[in-house]
Amino acid sequence: MGQTMTEKILSRAAGRRVEPGEIAEVAVDLVMTNDITAPLAIKEFKKTGLEQVFDPNKVVFVPDHFVPAKDIKAAEQAKVMREFAVEQGAIYFEVGRAGIEHVVLPENGLTLPGQVIIGGDSHTCTYGAFNAFATGMGSTDIAAAMALGTTWVRVPPTIKFVYNGTLPEGVGGKDLILYTIGQIGVDGALYAVMEFTGEVIDALDMDGRIAMANMAIEAGAKTGIFACDDKTREWLARVTDRPYEPVESDPDAEYLKVIEFDVSNLKPVVALPHLPSNVYPADEVGDMPIHQVVIGSCTNGRISDLREVAKILKGRQVHPNVRCIVIPGSQEVAKQATREGLADIFLEAGAIFSTSTCGPCLGGYMGVLAKGERCVSTTNRNFRGRMGHREAEIILAGPQVAAASAVLGRVASPAALN
Amino acid sequence: MILEGAAVVIRQDNIDTDVLYPGSYLNIADPEQMKPYLFEGLDPSLRDQLGRPTILVVGENFGTGSSREHVPHAMLAWGIRCVLGKSFARIFYRNCINLGLPAIVCPEAVDAAEPGVTVRIDTDTGTVHVGDATFQAVPLPSFMRDMLASGGLVDWARRRLAEAG
Repeated sequence: MGQTMTEKILSRAAGRRVEPGEIAEVAVDLVMTNDITAPLAIKEFKKTGLEQVFDPNKVVFVPDHFVPAKDIKAAEQAKVMREFAVEQGAIYFEVGRAGIEHVVLPENGLTLPGQVIIGGDSHTCTYGAFNAFATGMGSTDIAAAMALGTTWVRVPPTIKFVYNGTLPEGVGGKDLILYTIGQIGVDGALYAVMEFTGEVIDALDMDGRIAMANMAIEAGAKTGIFACDDKTREWLARVTDRPYEPVESDPDAEYLKVIEFDVSNLKPVVALPHLPSNVYPADEVGDMPIHQVVIGSCTNGRISDLREVAKILKGRQVHPNVRCIVIPGSQEVAKQATREGLADIFLEAGAIFSTSTCGPCLGGYMGVLAKGERCVSTTNRNFRGRMGHREAEIILAGPQVAAASAVLGRVASPAALN
Repeated sequence: MILEGAAVVIRQDNIDTDVLYPGSYLNIADPEQMKPYLFEGLDPSLRDQLGRPTILVVGENFGTGSSREHVPHAMLAWGIRCVLGKSFARIFYRNCINLGLPAIVCPEAVDAAEPGVTVRIDTDTGTVHVGDATFQAVPLPSFMRDMLASGGLVDWARRRLAEAG
């Protein structure tokens, strides 16, 4: 019997052939945490009695959630992480040279095909876009992995998603993944891996694939994964010369399910409050006035996302009732957006263009919502209270819908601008 | 391991970790200080039922979303002995086991549990008593029982490191 790409990666990392359902100990290629999960992980790591992490070149710290520090407690947490990272000689990305972890790590060539990557952040599944097995864990798992260089996994079954047809203009990776979650539900892939395939995926750019892998967790999945193709290799060639070993699924690999979609008629979609599975076409939700738009995050804070937004905002103004907050995913994205003149377009349109941070996505800072406010956001979760008050509403969308909504002051698809 | 406590019941499915412990309080690293924010985004009055030995009884896909370990840390700090659910989101499940908080799947027992009823769970056999009724859960895999018996993942890892010399 053949194996899926996930089973191959985990077999390689376990040093033996593993099967779905069994618990295996696997070697990790990269262990990552951020300013809110690292302090707990460091505290637990110290309880192991070890003084050194297993390999400082495979341990990464990225301050991104509450930095630049939002308050004294956040500053102290960032300080704990910074001091530990320096003491260990681990990989560390400081404010001003970094950004959001899931944007920064791929930009630095740290997420490679065939690897096992674990992160103290649920959106670690993002790296599946690069044909890695990457999954989010809690701080204690990170502590143990920093000590042992291994982690335990229950080998997941795989659900294969096949996207047929041709994606219409103006519909992207975010729409595909929201549509998928809308079809299968927030526990539709519980404990399983979502393997994304088909002619639509072959044609999709890396940023679109990254947005899809990023939200696999929103369907309850352990991770999402893509094959490594020319697009992957071209992307990686720009950022690293390290060798890597991609994996492919065998033709006779066994899947838990195979789910096929024809997406030739897919429209830009939104997820209405309060679950990512509450998905409707953006132009069918009726008149929903909004107060804020957030564009950015580990889902949609990359340069191609900002380009799409700029195309819509150029020569237009953010609606008088709306605050539009554009947050580049990293310092590199910010620099590129500035070079290309995108930053000017945002500022001229009456949006703000901020420093890179996770801030508003999890109700941290830089755009927390008041009671009764409604926000269109390119982030990944619209749970009740996620971005602020319990009685605020979050509507998830791709960058184009977010930009069009900012201009029109209501939930809108880009087609409504014409 | 036998665990006993009064049921604290959350019936809704797909309860996420944002409502269990809102993001704005993630700048705290001491479990005692996390206690006032547990259930803050869901129903703060649930905390009135805590402070004695309790078993948290929950629905499908409980703990979905963020990997924040503040949730099981705050639960342990409040004296919650075990989480009994219909199903769990995977990161939350791992976090519980890793911290030494058993998470047991038994949908029939969940349906039978009313707030305040005494729940008694044998984590080795998977037997669950809810008041006078008895149910059978799938027992935890031996690897996880071993980890729980060690006191959680860190103690388990420490033992592993000691064995490896």
